[in-house]
Amino acid sequence: MEPIIRLQDVQFEYLSFEGEEIAALNGVTLDIQKGEFVVIIGHNGSGKSTLAKHLNALLRPSSGVVWIKGMDTRDEDKLWEIRQTAGMVFQNPDNQLVATVVEEDVAFGPENLGLPPEEIQRRVAEALKAVGMQEYAQAAPHYLSGGQKQRVAIAGILAMKPEIIVLDEPTAMLDPVGRREVMETVKYLNKHEGITVVHITHYMEEAVDADRVIVMEQGKIVLQGTPQEVFSQVEVLKEIGLDVPQVTELAYRLRAEGLDVPLNVLKVEEMVDAICRL
Amino acid sequence: MIKDITIGQFFPGQSPIHKLDPRVKIILTFVFIVIIFFAKTYLGYALIFAYIALAMWLSEVPIRYILRGLKPLLFIIVLTFFINVFFTPGNKVLFQVWVLKFTQEGLRQGVFMALRLILLVIGTSLLTLTTSPISLTDGIERLLQPLQVVRFPAHELAMMMTIALRFIPTLLEETDKIMKAQMARGADFESGNLFQRAKALVPLLVPLFISAFRRADELAMAMESRCYRGGKNRTRMKVLKAARRDYLAVAVTLLLVVGILLDSYVL
Repeated sequence: MEPIIRLQDVQFEYLSFEGEEIAALNGVTLDIQKGEFVVIIGHNGSGKSTLAKHLNALLRPSSGVVWIKGMDTRDEDKLWEIRQTAGMVFQNPDNQLVATVVEEDVAFGPENLGLPPEEIQRRVAEALKAVGMQEYAQAAPHYLSGGQKQRVAIAGILAMKPEIIVLDEPTAMLDPVGRREVMETVKYLNKHEGITVVHITHYMEEAVDADRVIVMEQGKIVLQGTPQEVFSQVEVLKEIGLDVPQVTELAYRLRAEGLDVPLNVLKVEEMVDAICRL
Repeated sequence: MIKDITIGQFFPGQSPIHKLDPRVKIILTFVFIVIIFFAKTYLGYALIFAYIALAMWLSEVPIRYILRGLKPLLFIIVLTFFINVFFTPGNKVLFQVWVLKFTQEGLRQGVFMALRLILLVIGTSLLTLTTSPISLTDGIERLLQPLQVVRFPAHELAMMMTIALRFIPTLLEETDKIMKAQMARGADFESGNLFQRAKALVPLLVPLFISAFRRADELAMAMESRCYRGGKNRTRMKVLKAARRDYLAVAVTLLLVVGILLDSYVL
C-alpha cells in the first residue's frame, strides 16, 4: 500500500540571524504507513520540529519531495487539502486557541473549510467527545488546565477529519497529569479512530508504546525501529546525548554489573519478569 | 486573581433579553440612543423610562449592576444639570442667587439633559450586560458584512476583536508573572513619583511585548495550519436567525419611536 507520508531526500536550509545558511534537515527519507504511531525523538535543534512543519506544508523542502497522501507539498493548489489531511498540534496550548469559548474554537477549522452549520455542530460535538471534553464545550479556554487546553486543540484538529495528526512536542509545557491526559487521548485516537500519529517529544517514556521510534540528530535520521530495537542501542543514544527510559537505563546498568538482563525491556512489568527469571 | 477580570461587564443569563439576536440588540440600542434626543416633553421621557424599565425587568439583571455604570458619570451628570439650569435663558425666575438665575425653563432643560445622560448609560450598559463579547463581535461582524462590497474589512475586524478578547486574560496572567519575577529580583513598581514609576514599567513591558509578538507568530501558524485563509468561503457554526422575540422587540421599539415622534412634533 502507498504510504500516507513519504519523504524523499528532504533538505531544508534556512538563514540564521547572522545570514549563515543552516541545514535543519539534511537528507531525510522516510515512509509512514496509514494507521502507524510514530514517535520522533531528538534534542533541540535536531530538526524534528522542522520535519513536523514539512508534514502539513507550513514549510516546503529546499530540495527533495514530501508527499502527503500522494499530494506534493510544493503544489500550491493542494495546500488546503494537505493541511486538512495532516492536522497539527503545537507545543504551547495557549498560542493555538483562537476563540473565547471552547466550542467556538473547535469549530474554527471546519468553519474555515466552509462546511454547512449543522455539519460543523455535529463534528464539534463528536470531536469534543473523542477527547473527553464535552462538558467543557461552553467554558473559556483560560480557565482550563494545560492538558485540557491541549485536548481542546486536538479536538480542533479532529473536527477537520484529518487522517494524520502531527503533534509537535504537545506535552513539553504540561505537568505529569496533563502529559498523561494528552498521551491517552492520542493513543485512543490512533487505536480507535485509525488516525496516523506522528508524535514529536523529548520524553522517552512517551515513545515506549509507539509502533516505530525515529531518532533524529543534526537534521538526519540516525536510528529507527521498534521501541525495543531503538532503546537497546543504549550506547548510541547516550553518545548523542539522549536518555533512554528509566527501566532500560536500569537494565543497562545491571548488565554492566554482569547480570544477564535483556536490554530491550521498556516497562516496569517487563523488568519484573526479567529479574524474576534470573 | 488577575485572570478573573471580566471584559466589558457581561452578566450571564438566560433571559429573553439575553436571547435576543445580537444584531437586533445592537440596532435597537442605536435607535434608543437616537430617540432619546427626540423626546421633548415629560410624557416623552415617561414613555422612554417605561420602555427601558421593561427591558431591565425582562433582562433579570440586578438593578444595582445596571446602575453601577452611572457611578463614574455622576459628576458629569450633576455638572450638566447645573450648567443647563443656570445658563438656559428664560423669564420665569423662580429664585436668584447673586447673578445666577434659577428659571423654570432652565430647570426643565437641566432635568432633561440629566435624564438623557442617565438613559444613555442605562441603555448601553444593558446591551453589554446582556450580550457576551463573542456574540457582540458576531453581531458587529454580520451588521458590517454588507460593507464588504466596498472592501470594508468586516471579517478581519471581527477576527481581531475575537483574538484580542481571547488573549486579554492570557496577557494579564503573563503580566502578573513577569511582575512577580521582576519583583523577586528587586524591581520596585510601587514607590517613587510618576516618572520613576513609569520608568519601572519598562522592564515589565519589554518582555511582555516580546512574548506577545512570539504568541502572535505562533497563533498565525496555528491558524494557517487549520486552513484559515481570511473570511472567504468561511461558514459559521452558529447562524444568527431572528426569532419571534426579535420581531416583538422591534415592534415594541417602533411603537416607542412613533410615540415619541407624535408627542414631540404633532401633539
